[in-house]
Amino acid sequence: MEYLYHILILISMYGILALAQNLVMGTTGLLTIAGAAFYGIGAYTAAILATKFGFNIFSTLFIAPLAAGLIALMVGESFARFRDDYFMLATLGFLMIFNTVARNWEDFTGGSYGIAGIPKPHIFGFVFDTPLSFMWLSLVIIMIVTTITYFISRSSFGRVLNAIREDEDALSVFGYKTSTYKLLVFAIGAALSSLSGVLFASYLTFIDSNLFTVNESILLWAMVILGGLAKNRGALLGALLLIVIPEGLRFIGFPVEFAALLRQCMYGLLLVFLMLYRPKGILGTYKL
Amino acid sequence: MNYIIETKNLVKSFGGVHAIDHLSIRIPEGQITGLVGPNGSGKTTLVKVLSGLSSPDGGKILFSDGERQKILPWENKTYSITRTFQQIRLFDQISALDNILVILTERAPFYSLLERHSEYHLKYAEDILKKVDLYDKRFHNAGDLSYGQRKLLEIGRVLAMDANIILFDEPFAGLFPEVVKKIENIISDLKQKGKSIVLVEHNMAIIRKLCNYLIVMDAGRLLAEGSPEKVLSEKIVLEAYLGE
Repeated sequence: MEYLYHILILISMYGILALAQNLVMGTTGLLTIAGAAFYGIGAYTAAILATKFGFNIFSTLFIAPLAAGLIALMVGESFARFRDDYFMLATLGFLMIFNTVARNWEDFTGGSYGIAGIPKPHIFGFVFDTPLSFMWLSLVIIMIVTTITYFISRSSFGRVLNAIREDEDALSVFGYKTSTYKLLVFAIGAALSSLSGVLFASYLTFIDSNLFTVNESILLWAMVILGGLAKNRGALLGALLLIVIPEGLRFIGFPVEFAALLRQCMYGLLLVFLMLYRPKGILGTYKL
Repeated sequence: MNYIIETKNLVKSFGGVHAIDHLSIRIPEGQITGLVGPNGSGKTTLVKVLSGLSSPDGGKILFSDGERQKILPWENKTYSITRTFQQIRLFDQISALDNILVILTERAPFYSLLERHSEYHLKYAEDILKKVDLYDKRFHNAGDLSYGQRKLLEIGRVLAMDANIILFDEPFAGLFPEVVKKIENIISDLKQKGKSIVLVEHNMAIIRKLCNYLIVMDAGRLLAEGSPEKVLSEKIVLEAYLGE
């Protein structure tokens, strides 16, 4: 049963990341590779505050989104001027910088040794230290994130984001300062991604910079493209499938090292296959 | 005659070629101004500059309340300017209704986050779609509409913007006569409502029928301006543009 809880926790954490990725990439059309960086910023914020300053992980669920959102606003100020491939390259650059800082700023991030001993969240004396309790916490947070992304996509703001995705120039002549919208949604996406980072750090109790690489961002791309761009339920479905299917490989009997490599190949092949034959994904209404 | 926009020595170059070459023109208020000229004469570039999609390299743009070196696209709401595109540019993967509703949205991002379109906005958008004969297609994606319907949806977006200055860039190109008639009626109605219209068009019959004022451009420069009857009888225009 604990294995099932573990899978549900993973689906929730990656579901949060996929929803955030979908908001930026699917709804707004911003091809971001920075998802893993904001996921990592959330994880490091929680880990550093909890292990070095004694913060409760619960409080970091509020602090990490603020930190990630602020960093996104700062870097996004220049990113918002870029479009398409240039935006993608800029976010890739940001992810690489984040990784370099995480790997080398040893006093804070532990460098390549990472940060261990990250505590579990606790509130009113109750500690979320069992898989079942942590699963409920993860489910509550993904429900909150789903509500936020649903609310945004249904608002007039969401309609503007769709129009930016379709033709930013054409929208701007109707009096929209599109860079402000792009900046804001980039920051919202970063803040939401960081929530998953907090959960991840606390769940694993250990993090290092190798956990937040471009591979994670590619996985997020695969999730939202597979499930269906610009659809929240598509992002959730993509997260579900790309957690459950690789887990299934464990039971086929592949060696662990081989299964990990196979998983990466599967994500790459899946992206190519989807772009060729099903660019809208399973539930999507929009294609890149 | 009052003028709603003037340009003074406006210059726009691309790689050393002057698309607009020290152009000084005036757009009369509340009239339909035809903007004609051979291909490459700078008409579309002028529309781009006046709608903020392209920054001029020199000169000034004068409004009733001051002058500007350039207009930024998001300032169109402030200056009450809107436009259509020579090559149709809709929001293809959202519905025709959403193409209109997005124009009715609050421009402040935080306000739009909390905004839900009211029954009033919905009815307003639906009324516009009825005007352009697209009500039945309101839930269809813009990209799935026919060429003529897409042209009409662009006109619908202009109606939703309700701006005082409207720049139409070849709105009749490639359309069936009944759609042409429909758009002619919409443009005439806009003039009746006191809107100032710039109409880039090659069809002289339409220009003669709709326009009160005519500007002829050639190689980025002003060739002639005035009433259509007067301008279209000038020898320099007949030679340069009509080839007569």
